[in-house]
Amino acid sequence: MEHIKTLNTRNLCESAKKGGCGECQTSCQSACKTSCGIANQQCESKKAQEK
Amino acid sequence: MVHRFHLDDYYLVVDPCSASVHAVDEMAYELIGLYEGKSREEAIAELSARFGEDPAEVGACWDQITELKNQGLLFSKETFEPMAGELKQRTAGVVKALCLHVAHTCNLNCAYCFASQGKYHGERAVMSFEVGKQALDFLVANSGSRKNLEVDFFGGEPLMNFDVVKQLVAYARSIEKEHGKHFRFTLTTNGMLIDDEVIDFANREMSNVVLSLDGRKEIHDRCRVDYAGNGSWERIVPKFQQLVKARGGKNYYMRGTFTHANPDFLEDIKVMLDLGFTELSMEPVVCAEGDPAALTQEDLPVVMRQYEDLARLMLQREKEGRPFTFYHYMLDLADGPCIYKRISGCGSGTEYMAVTPWGDLYPCHQFVGEEAFRLGDVWQGVTNHDAQQEFADCNVYAREECRDCWARLYCSGGCAANAYHATGSVRGVYRYGCELFRKRMECAIMLQAARALASGGEKK
Repeated sequence: MEHIKTLNTRNLCESAKKGGCGECQTSCQSACKTSCGIANQQCESKKAQEK
Repeated sequence: MVHRFHLDDYYLVVDPCSASVHAVDEMAYELIGLYEGKSREEAIAELSARFGEDPAEVGACWDQITELKNQGLLFSKETFEPMAGELKQRTAGVVKALCLHVAHTCNLNCAYCFASQGKYHGERAVMSFEVGKQALDFLVANSGSRKNLEVDFFGGEPLMNFDVVKQLVAYARSIEKEHGKHFRFTLTTNGMLIDDEVIDFANREMSNVVLSLDGRKEIHDRCRVDYAGNGSWERIVPKFQQLVKARGGKNYYMRGTFTHANPDFLEDIKVMLDLGFTELSMEPVVCAEGDPAALTQEDLPVVMRQYEDLARLMLQREKEGRPFTFYHYMLDLADGPCIYKRISGCGSGTEYMAVTPWGDLYPCHQFVGEEAFRLGDVWQGVTNHDAQQEFADCNVYAREECRDCWARLYCSGGCAANAYHATGSVRGVYRYGCELFRKRMECAIMLQAARALASGGEKK
């Protein structure tokens, strides 16, 4: 019986190898102009890969 | 340390150092809570009795936890601190986003305006085309190899200077190809001056529009009044509806502010939904402690309940085929920001700056008017290197209080402006904001887990 389901999350150690391009939006700009929510943002590099 | 929380039937465990997320049953939830404090045998004995489980089953679950720990997905160790300054160093000197204050004036007189009714405690002014053009040239010249450059039209009320907005967009488009850049524009507006021309222009040129609406008419009109003291709700709602419809119902946000007058802000969200808006953002007010609008400690449990109920509403509406977006619940667990972004913070003062009508540079819109933080201007660029360094040094590890917070790789240290106004230092933390953030992030994670479980989206 399965008691623990691990969700698919980005491997942050892996992201250290190819990440850091700096293209992502500043979080404040995206919508709210007040509360900083880095995690609410998208990775521009990943978005570009999907296209 | 791991962070465990539950909401309704969802039991969730976050591993702060790897940002891994596990959806568990109640027994596993308790077992993970005992894992670092008890022996395998003690934990099995306790939980097999409590849950009426076969000890072998509890033992197998314990072993699964150990396996996850070995994989670096539970109880993992902090390893990213050495990289803390790296993104900002790599990208030092690169500016990729500007908030253009095209108007330090406003046609509303909102009681809670963080910008002192659009004037930022200074003179009323509108930005000339020449200053705006210089700001765009400054941005392009300092953008390094960045292709996507973001420019927000802000204020005050930017539509009070609509002619200059149009001219600046035309100018930006005229220099894109030559410099290999792509401008993404956003417009924030109170809606009073939206007309067919604005709608048409926004659809052609604005990647996103942020529309200020607080929700219920009586709430909105309490604060968002014109200079005659009349509420604005009835005038702007039809305009917003028209604009959103013309944009195909996307690439916009309704952006509400909630205050001490409406900690029950879910009621305002419901009104926005009833008005036909589905892309929503609701933010706590920014104001001084002691201000009548400021959220209090007594408001906190009410606000926390709103976030939980909002998450429940979101799931329910998804099941009904009527989904909506809430900005702070957007969370892409699999493809979200890389580690560099997560530890480096919001980018204010380094890659993102605000520009006043006179061409002064500030770390962001919240610091405009705070003379000590003036970074320079769009002709000379950044000259106050000490002030900029303060922001360059801001990262999640620079704040002592963030070290033990489970949400640090989701928050990235929080808003420097909130920290400064609460503590006198950009390296402080605004504790009230932290409480809200953690609750929002728990709800966002719960939503992702609920969706993943419904579609079988576990780790492969």
